[in-house]
Amino acid sequence: MPRKTTKKLIDKNGIRADGRKLDELRPIKIEAGVIRNADGSAYIEQGKNKILVGVYGPKEVHPKHLTLLDRALLRCRYHMAPFSVDERKRPAPSRREQELSKVITWAIEPSIFLEHFPRTCIDVFIEVLQANGGTRCAGITAASVALADAGIPMRDLVAACAAGKVEGHLVLDLMDVEDKMGEADLPLALMPNLNAITLLQMDGGLTTDEFEQVVNLALTGCKQIHTLQKEALKARYIAVKKAVEKQ
Amino acid sequence: MPTFYENKQLVTPGDLLAEGNYVAGENAYKEDGKIYSTQLGLVDYEERRVHVVALRAFYIPYIEDTIIGKVVDVGFSGWMLDINAPYLAMLRASDVLDRPFKPQKNDLFSIFNIGDLIIAKVVAYNRTRDPLLTVGEPSLGKITRGQIVEVTPTKIPRLIGRQGSMISMLKRETGCHITLGQNGLVLVSGKTLEDERLAIMAIRKIDQEAHTSGLTDRVTKMIQKEKGGVKHAQKDN
Repeated sequence: MPRKTTKKLIDKNGIRADGRKLDELRPIKIEAGVIRNADGSAYIEQGKNKILVGVYGPKEVHPKHLTLLDRALLRCRYHMAPFSVDERKRPAPSRREQELSKVITWAIEPSIFLEHFPRTCIDVFIEVLQANGGTRCAGITAASVALADAGIPMRDLVAACAAGKVEGHLVLDLMDVEDKMGEADLPLALMPNLNAITLLQMDGGLTTDEFEQVVNLALTGCKQIHTLQKEALKARYIAVKKAVEKQ
Repeated sequence: MPTFYENKQLVTPGDLLAEGNYVAGENAYKEDGKIYSTQLGLVDYEERRVHVVALRAFYIPYIEDTIIGKVVDVGFSGWMLDINAPYLAMLRASDVLDRPFKPQKNDLFSIFNIGDLIIAKVVAYNRTRDPLLTVGEPSLGKITRGQIVEVTPTKIPRLIGRQGSMISMLKRETGCHITLGQNGLVLVSGKTLEDERLAIMAIRKIDQEAHTSGLTDRVTKMIQKEKGGVKHAQKDN
């Protein structure tokens, strides 16, 4: 692919390739309770990302030897559909997907009262239907909504968002090209009410000053996403209430 | 001691409910003198206790709960029941037979078979041990007729209503016998299928609209309207 001839990612007015400002999120749509057969579920669209999450449990652990006697076992599976990217992705879990599954598990684990349900497991399936950069963050965001939808007691919701550096500018919520062509990418997950960070990764190089700014930028993104998560969870019940009051 | 929401307002996990001299009740937790919600639900402020009535939840066994379970396994000394909880429940053969039990003599399959639905009571449960059930009381035992409806377990209190207003209204209006399992399974058995259908419709409506006010009146109206409709249809035939 001839990338040299592509236009600049950020123009002189500070507008990005998809028309966003530097500190602007992609348009986000979250919906809770979309899968009937799952105990809890959520669907998120963040720009061109489309991700479906299903939660099952708490239930007995299979295989049995994985049982933890003092708390529940949380298992997340991040998986990209073969049609989620430009070139067909082989459906078997890749090295990258296995790593992301682990990282997402660790990002969500602190938010759940796992010690309330010893000897059980909670399965979270994150299915990326369409990917355009920042899927691990969108996956965490949606997974947290799905867990709340399943009625699993949580300390807080987890909202995740990336920030980074592209062509010398510090930007929020990187999309695929910005991630690949840019200088740095920093995904971050936050429990907003407790003000606790549960995931912090970085790819690329930043000075300490820049690092601090990027982290703050990502934090503001997470807080914006958090309000959307809350709205998504409440939406169904508010709709029923409104329909009832109309009668 | 500020509170941050109105009574019966919708909250999500992690929402700060109150600060200061309060006690965290159900579906809430306290950290650094602050009380947060752990569930999507309706917040309820009492004198000093703050709790959340969850809108989405799964069943956790409590001792003395009446539940409806399904036999999934028959062992040497008893049955394993799926009670819609994270754990399978055990029903001992000695409890059912109330006499010394001999594995050689008694065929457990002939008492309860796999797939049978059973009304039982939880006699023992804690987090280290699977729940233990009993059927040694009148009104407990195998279900032989009727239909099962599944609702969210936390909405069972709403189905009962204040001092049983909702459930007694349901029984009166539909003429059905209704058994509530605390685990979210409800047994409806009436004289005709039509009665059962009506009761199930009402229960589904209550499950859906549990978080709204004036529900009993609305359900009563719906049943009466439906009943009128049914009579009308019979006339047409």
